[in-house]
Amino acid sequence: MNAFDHWALSGAVFIPILGAVLLAFVPKRLEVEIKAVALLTTVVTAGVGVYLLAHFDYDKTHQLQYAVDRSWIDVISSRYHIGLDGISLPMLALSMFISVLCIVYSWDHFPEPHNPKAFLILLLVLETGMNGTFVAQDLILFFVFFELVLLPMYFMIGVWGGPNRQYASIKFFLVTLFGSALMILSFLALYFKVTLPDGSHTFDIVKLASVHGAGIAHGAQLLIFGGLFIGFAIKVPMFPFHTWLPDAHTEAPTVGSVILAAILLKLGTYGFIRIAIPILPEAAKSWAPWIGVLAVIGIIYGALGCLAQRDMKRLIAFSSIAHMGFVMLGISTLTTYGINAAIFGMVAHGLITGMLFFLAGSIQERFHTRELDRLGGLLLQAPRMGWILGFCAMASLGLPGLAGFWGEFPAILSTYSPAVGLNLALFRTFMVIASIGTVLAAGYLLWMLQRVAFGTVKAEFEHEHIHDMHGPEYLAWTPILVLIVLLGVVPGIVFRVTDKPVQKVTVAHVEQRRSVVTGQTAVGQP
Amino acid sequence: MLDHAWLIPAIPAVMFWLILGFGKRLPGKGHELGIAGVGASFVLSCVAAVQWIGRSTDVTIGEGAHVEHVRKAVEHSTTWFDIGNVHIRVGTYIDGLSVALLVVVGLISLLVHVYSTAYMHDDRRYTHYFAALSLFTAGMLTLVSASSALQMLFGWEAMGVCSFMLIGHWWEEKENSNAALKAFLTTRTGDVGFLIGLSILFFANGQTFDVRVWNANALGGHVSHLVLLMGAIALMGAVVGKSAQFPLHTWLPDAMAGPTPVSALIHAATMVVAGVFLFSRLYGVFFTGFSIAAPGHGTFTVPAVIGGITIIIAALLAFVQDDIKKVLAYSTVSQLGYMVMALGVGAWTGAIFHLFTHAFFKACLFLGAGSVSHSGSHHSFDMKRDMGGLRKHMPITFATFGIASLALAGIFPLAGFWSKDDILVTAGHNGYELFMVVGLIGAFMTAAYMTRCVWLTFYGEPRGAAAEHHPHESPAAITAPLVILAFLSITAGWLNGFGFHYFGHWTTNETLVHALERVNLVEPRFSFPAAIISLAVAGSGILLAWLYFEKRALGPLQDLAARNALAARLKLVLVRKYYLDDLYEKVIVAGIAGPIARGAYWFNQTVIDGVVNGAGVGAKAAGHIVYDIIDQKVVDGAINGAGFTAEEGGTLLRIIQTGRVQQYAAALFGAAALFGLALVFFVGT
Amino acid sequence: MYLVEYLLLAAALFSIGVYGVLARKNGVLVLMSIELMLNAVNINLIAFGAFRGNAIGQVFALFVIAVAAAEVGVGMAIVLLIFRNRASVNLDEVDLMRG
Repeated sequence: MNAFDHWALSGAVFIPILGAVLLAFVPKRLEVEIKAVALLTTVVTAGVGVYLLAHFDYDKTHQLQYAVDRSWIDVISSRYHIGLDGISLPMLALSMFISVLCIVYSWDHFPEPHNPKAFLILLLVLETGMNGTFVAQDLILFFVFFELVLLPMYFMIGVWGGPNRQYASIKFFLVTLFGSALMILSFLALYFKVTLPDGSHTFDIVKLASVHGAGIAHGAQLLIFGGLFIGFAIKVPMFPFHTWLPDAHTEAPTVGSVILAAILLKLGTYGFIRIAIPILPEAAKSWAPWIGVLAVIGIIYGALGCLAQRDMKRLIAFSSIAHMGFVMLGISTLTTYGINAAIFGMVAHGLITGMLFFLAGSIQERFHTRELDRLGGLLLQAPRMGWILGFCAMASLGLPGLAGFWGEFPAILSTYSPAVGLNLALFRTFMVIASIGTVLAAGYLLWMLQRVAFGTVKAEFEHEHIHDMHGPEYLAWTPILVLIVLLGVVPGIVFRVTDKPVQKVTVAHVEQRRSVVTGQTAVGQP
Repeated sequence: MLDHAWLIPAIPAVMFWLILGFGKRLPGKGHELGIAGVGASFVLSCVAAVQWIGRSTDVTIGEGAHVEHVRKAVEHSTTWFDIGNVHIRVGTYIDGLSVALLVVVGLISLLVHVYSTAYMHDDRRYTHYFAALSLFTAGMLTLVSASSALQMLFGWEAMGVCSFMLIGHWWEEKENSNAALKAFLTTRTGDVGFLIGLSILFFANGQTFDVRVWNANALGGHVSHLVLLMGAIALMGAVVGKSAQFPLHTWLPDAMAGPTPVSALIHAATMVVAGVFLFSRLYGVFFTGFSIAAPGHGTFTVPAVIGGITIIIAALLAFVQDDIKKVLAYSTVSQLGYMVMALGVGAWTGAIFHLFTHAFFKACLFLGAGSVSHSGSHHSFDMKRDMGGLRKHMPITFATFGIASLALAGIFPLAGFWSKDDILVTAGHNGYELFMVVGLIGAFMTAAYMTRCVWLTFYGEPRGAAAEHHPHESPAAITAPLVILAFLSITAGWLNGFGFHYFGHWTTNETLVHALERVNLVEPRFSFPAAIISLAVAGSGILLAWLYFEKRALGPLQDLAARNALAARLKLVLVRKYYLDDLYEKVIVAGIAGPIARGAYWFNQTVIDGVVNGAGVGAKAAGHIVYDIIDQKVVDGAINGAGFTAEEGGTLLRIIQTGRVQQYAAALFGAAALFGLALVFFVGT
Repeated sequence: MYLVEYLLLAAALFSIGVYGVLARKNGVLVLMSIELMLNAVNINLIAFGAFRGNAIGQVFALFVIAVAAAEVGVGMAIVLLIFRNRASVNLDEVDLMRG
């Protein structure tokens, strides 16, 4: 490992915050310079990301690479331990990628009250938090980054948000903080309860995961997992912890919504895969049916919520609940298929729903409304945006050939054969319900498409000049659209990276049964 | 070509992107790319067909009297991606079934493309239209050449999305986009079964999606019957949705909202036959799962019942339609019922053969209907209002439409006769006499409603638009495909007719032979009595309808609905399509989107949000209690108490602080004196 | 010569001084009374010094004289300022330090 490799990952985490500090010294009136510095910072970060991707050893995705393990807060034996493996890699890449596009998109549309300097500083701090969460390998470090994300988002919603921003931002902040409190409790419990073979205690995720929660009584494991569960489930968000999400999304500025949907929600699911399940596999198994139940409720419930909406952005927000339901359903099976699907679903949902929020933002900017009843005929006034909306709706409903499918189908597939020890009949019921959820998904997405894009223009906008896509939108959206198709056709890009580390996660659950009913196994498999 | 079959779907798929990207800048606005792509696919398919027919029949199956020589399917696959140590593979699986469909799809699609250049001439989204057609074709070609069931799902859903785009092509009107949504959602409802079936069979077959393995395991008894039954039922859901079988058939007639050539494509070669294809491709699973023609089987199977019901109810609905395209749509539903029923009773070859011949005459009928509306009835499809007497003005259209109608009715020696006959004979031979009778009733009704349709359109006096405007024959781009299709409607049946058995031999595959071997079935040959009966039935259908409409005979039946309340009630049931649409749209969809969704949302806003807000309010209230009572009264009380004491003490002490220096001094000296005295008294000597 | 005679003289002087400080209304007289008290202390210091046979007492007495000079300087200044503001040096009227 050369010196650059050693610093690269830390760079990926801290370059944004350095950029933010730099921005603080740029006078407020130099707007172009401010934007340029912010964009440059994210681009440099993404450049480091490209370097990381390029030099990543794809044959050893289950091992931590670029790992740095230095002493940090010795008093509580918390260490600065970061590293990248196949589970972190897609998420880190997504986070860097989306951050660049967000700055490109907002180039000349900063929401009221304008002030790009403050906005971009928050954005960069946010990126540090997100990147850091995805590479942290120490519980305390993880927690710090996890919480670091809260603050900028709170201000983004509270300052640049819609009319009801105060309520939404406070709700977002408090509800998430509530989960975090339980989470840190569980972290502490893990520290004190888990004894490593050499008799010491640690916050190190890798070491904790290697002992599978040895030495903790089952009841205590369940409680600790419960704390982690609530902390992460609020972030995901799972039914019934989701109510902060529609409000936060509805009120947040476009870029805030995009980051919220694309990255922040993934912190929760990532936490399950990185921390909760590997460290406490036994408790995970006991909790899995409950997670599964809440996941399928979320799928159906989110879809029904969508159907009742009149506001486009709120509809997309509810669709997030349904989609994250599929992700959690995959996780709840504790199988390789399920968790692979979950990670794919996280990436796909980040791209697709992020894109949908971009569109909703652009539509609001042009029509000054998001009400479905007032919109219509987008395809007549802005055909490119209309078709892109159609494309994203199709991607979001899980059309094969586009990214969304690979988050959905393998999750359904995995519920047919969950990890050994889980109730087959129950999970197969989940399978059927989740499949019905795909129909509802098609229903609300196409219904939205029909109301927004099809039909004729409503009288109030008939004579208004609606500009079709402009420069920053082309720049910001094209990469996302290309990725949606690319991942849909070549899912191996992600599965290749995630497969091995996921197998490591599920290894505690004695792989899924080979053949379900007959004794015949692997017939005709070359 | 058999080894490079991936090219066949790939070419139109590439063309889709090219048309989207560059179509608008080309002189033909993209149609040249579409035609070139589909044309190339068609040529390659024909090459594949020739190679397939020329392939040696080197696989020998069975023994003794049942020995069969079949061609070995050509399979090429490569790893798509790995997940959980399992290779998910993708590739092509080409056998007689695939080849037959490749040719049909390529041909019909090519003709539809050519036809569309005239029919859609001034359409505002001409380029998009051709792009969607290309993707549609690519989807179907992917489906029929796929080696893995997962890959089939890709083609399957690609068609779903293209049908959505094409049915809703004129999305400015709400009805059109409604129809598009309905088509997509209804088929998607069926696809729930596809997803579940894929999951079940994937694990049942040792984690593979390979269709050959699935069939082999199912027929070889390697998978338990219960699992196969579950898988087959789930997949049947997909077939029912896509192939518009009862009770999910309602989307197909509404799909007529799309441009007419699209209807031809959907009904003849793509989309709806995808369900039938899935059924026949995974026949091993269905065959074993549903115990089709198994020894000691009952008198019915699930698919046969679904198909049988569909035949009858759809044919009945065709009688009460005024829209020519809807008559044809219900006719398609009914004919698809035939195919599903045929597969359900073990008439595999018959079903595929019927699919093959039906593609030609149904495409011909739809394109003919389009021709009538394009040049005869001024873009109207209403037979009763805007047509009539068109045979004189549109001779080519009339002739081709008539031929195709006769073929559909099953008149000797046209295509439909042979394929229908094949199905009926096999049904009878396999012991499903009931379904033979259902098939005959269906044939009778088909003949009758097609006669009604032809009569209303081409005979009688011109009405409405046909009278007011000047009907004329359509241009060559429209009539040429009609003529080609009419020719094929006559001759396609001869491949398996007149005692020949070419089609059967070419399409037979290992799966089928395995199945036949297991239940000891013999492919039935042409049987004279059956042929006479079916011909008589079809003939009587035509005759009766003719008498009724042209001669106004059958007096008691004329205008029966106007005179008899029961008949009127029955007619209303038919006009309202058995109230199924009302059930789906007003009860299920409206229920979910209305009260249920609103209820869920209410629950969300009131209960769950209430809990969160309640927690917030509660916390605030608790805060007030803590602040007002504990903090302000108790804690502050203690602090204030200390302050109070200090203050009061201060007030008292104030009295002695007079500000007079001399008093201070007096105190000072007094105190010093006291200390002095104390010193003397206590410490002193 | 006995030490006690000096001590009696000093005590008498000191008592006169105390009386002056406590009883007189005139600020100037109070200052002079303070001088009396200081000089009474000086007599004590010198007497003790002489009887013990060393010069430490005289050193302290000189120190007290220096301090007394400074004290009278500051005291007279205050009294003068009071007089300027009020045209009186009656200490009963000066109660600015009252709480």
